[in-house]
Amino acid sequence: MAVDQPFETVKLGAAEHEEDPREHLMLDPRPREEMNRMVLDAMTHTTRNFWIWVGVLTVLLIVSLFVAWGNLIATGMGLAGTRRPAMWGIFIVTFVFWIGISHAGTFVSAILRVFKAEFRRPFTRAAELMTTFGLAAGALYPLIHLGRVWVFYWMIPYPNARWLWPNFHSPLVWDFLAITTYLLSSTIYLFLPLLPDLAMARDRTTGFRHMAYKVLSLGWRGTEAEWLRLRKAIGLFAFAIIPVMFSVHTIVSWDFAVTQTAGWHSTIFGPYFIVGAILSGVSAVATILFILRTTLLNMKYFIRPEHFDGLGKLILVFSMSWAYFFFNEYILHWYGGEKVIKDILTLHATGDSAWVWYVMLICNVAIPWLTLWNRNIRRSPVAMFVITLLVNVGMFAERYTIIPLTLGHQRNPFSWGEYAPRLTEISIVFGTFCLFLLLYTVMTRLIPMIPVWEVVEGQMAHKRTKVGKTEVTSVTELD
Amino acid sequence: MAEEERSAKWGMVIDLDLCTGCNACVTACSMENNIKWVGEEDAGYGRGMHWIRMERFWTGEYPEVKPTRRPMLCQHCGNAPCEPVCPVFASVHSEEEQLNLQVYNRCIGTRYCGNNCPYFVRVFNFFDYEIPEPMNYYLNPDVSVRRRGVMEKCTFCVHRIQRGQQRANIENREVADGEIITACAQACPTDAIIFGNMRDPESAVSKAARSQRGFRELDYLGTEPRIIYLKGEGTYGS
Repeated sequence: MAVDQPFETVKLGAAEHEEDPREHLMLDPRPREEMNRMVLDAMTHTTRNFWIWVGVLTVLLIVSLFVAWGNLIATGMGLAGTRRPAMWGIFIVTFVFWIGISHAGTFVSAILRVFKAEFRRPFTRAAELMTTFGLAAGALYPLIHLGRVWVFYWMIPYPNARWLWPNFHSPLVWDFLAITTYLLSSTIYLFLPLLPDLAMARDRTTGFRHMAYKVLSLGWRGTEAEWLRLRKAIGLFAFAIIPVMFSVHTIVSWDFAVTQTAGWHSTIFGPYFIVGAILSGVSAVATILFILRTTLLNMKYFIRPEHFDGLGKLILVFSMSWAYFFFNEYILHWYGGEKVIKDILTLHATGDSAWVWYVMLICNVAIPWLTLWNRNIRRSPVAMFVITLLVNVGMFAERYTIIPLTLGHQRNPFSWGEYAPRLTEISIVFGTFCLFLLLYTVMTRLIPMIPVWEVVEGQMAHKRTKVGKTEVTSVTELD
Repeated sequence: MAEEERSAKWGMVIDLDLCTGCNACVTACSMENNIKWVGEEDAGYGRGMHWIRMERFWTGEYPEVKPTRRPMLCQHCGNAPCEPVCPVFASVHSEEEQLNLQVYNRCIGTRYCGNNCPYFVRVFNFFDYEIPEPMNYYLNPDVSVRRRGVMEKCTFCVHRIQRGQQRANIENREVADGEIITACAQACPTDAIIFGNMRDPESAVSKAARSQRGFRELDYLGTEPRIIYLKGEGTYGS
């Protein structure tokens, strides 16, 4: 069954930098039981600081999201800074931001899985969890920004007395369908590879955890037939979820691209948004891996500089692709010569809010390009934490430039106007960050954060063999 | 088909040469359509609720400046950008009157239509604005009062159109030209605003629309506006 593939070999030690092969997780195996124990310890170990963090997050979440949102519903959308002509503000900016973050899981987990990128193994779950919770945070915004949220269900196609359907011509209905599809499929995709790990946890815990894992692991026993079906299901889902991921951000981009609004109406918006989403998603994975590594027990064994190295290369590639799309979009609009678009582009670079535009370019292009070519920087978790955080600041600035700053200067100069976010909006945006962090923090203690079976599988597939005088790593093709 | 021919196609002509920018149309519209007062601060921030507004532009360098003005209201586009983007059909086209309508009770407040209107004539109820005493006695019973969280905009005084058509139906006759008139057209002291049935080639509005000075705002976007402006500023008769 196992076929050695000499073509996939990686030369180690031959390059100028001598390195210990045991730096690689895949070449530094430990007994399965020890790894199980490490992951379970990480899951059950809580310190006082952990509970303080959870408590603070909960209070912040209640005050800045639920209280502020309740007040917004009770008082009116006027508490936000939206106005004519910028009818959409920072709510939609953050909506796009979270949907972008949610591309992390699928990209890392599905695309890297399909292409058999071995370095993905220890952090697929961390990325998939970001997808699910990023979507949960993002999916709140279409509700938050409604003028009358109490009738939000009118957007849902449901049979009613008047046979009144939602307007399927509207991108907002596409949005609604795409996001619910993605949320559902990404949750299934999170759950499938979790099954063997839940069973592992079930067999090694007692009390309420045992009961919960018993139910959730669906009676997994680890028989040959079960593994076969699981692999098949994951293999199918990995391919099926990729077009779903592409569709989601394309449809989000169509919210803007299908309008006649100058600066939005662009054929390139679909791929431009997808590349931006993957850039911010992969960056967010690196950010969260750093946090997991420093705060969660035993994670230094699983998450290593090589993983930041791999993610750093991806981020550099996606930063370049983003810059390519940005430039392409910019220059075609500029040479298109329509006055209103030229004015908008000039205002982005020279107007009162031009600093947002420069933050975008510095964080999305200058910083990754100046740092990530360097192997030592890529392998430094702290440096990667800072860089990836800045990339996401840049991506937030990009969406801010596209939405309120573009809307403010349309074809009717009498209606030009600057949008400024207000306290309620900023508080709600902050609140969804608290929501995401709280859900993620609690989840790190509820499910095994490392897919142990995937790591074991990878370690079993990697072998060091001598070819002539050099020692090389060979990877066995598993399926 | 016969139904199609009988139904009117309401339109408007605004002669910019006759417009003095007196704002009577704005006042009349506000009274007619129960438009809320948003207060000085919100109005300054771009949340004024007027369905028609007087846009004033200055041309030339100071002190040689000249004001030009243009009443701007919903253009009742034949191909309206606000309609397809609404997820719940709150922004719809009426087949009977050929108008672009806003169904307040259906609106959930996504404000997408407000973004996609190139004329920015859609206004949003950001709060439940109070109607100060004694102006509450002024409310027009023919027009519904909108609540917080919905979009609204010019209706071409659809309640007047309805009433006029009903009266004509009762009396078993056609609606006469000039019988149905919007509040802004009625209030205009210089008769710069002409309202009527575009389908009737002999109506005042159709005749005015054939003027060589006629143009439609942002026509190149393909929105097919139902309002025709007649160019002003000394081009009269050209």
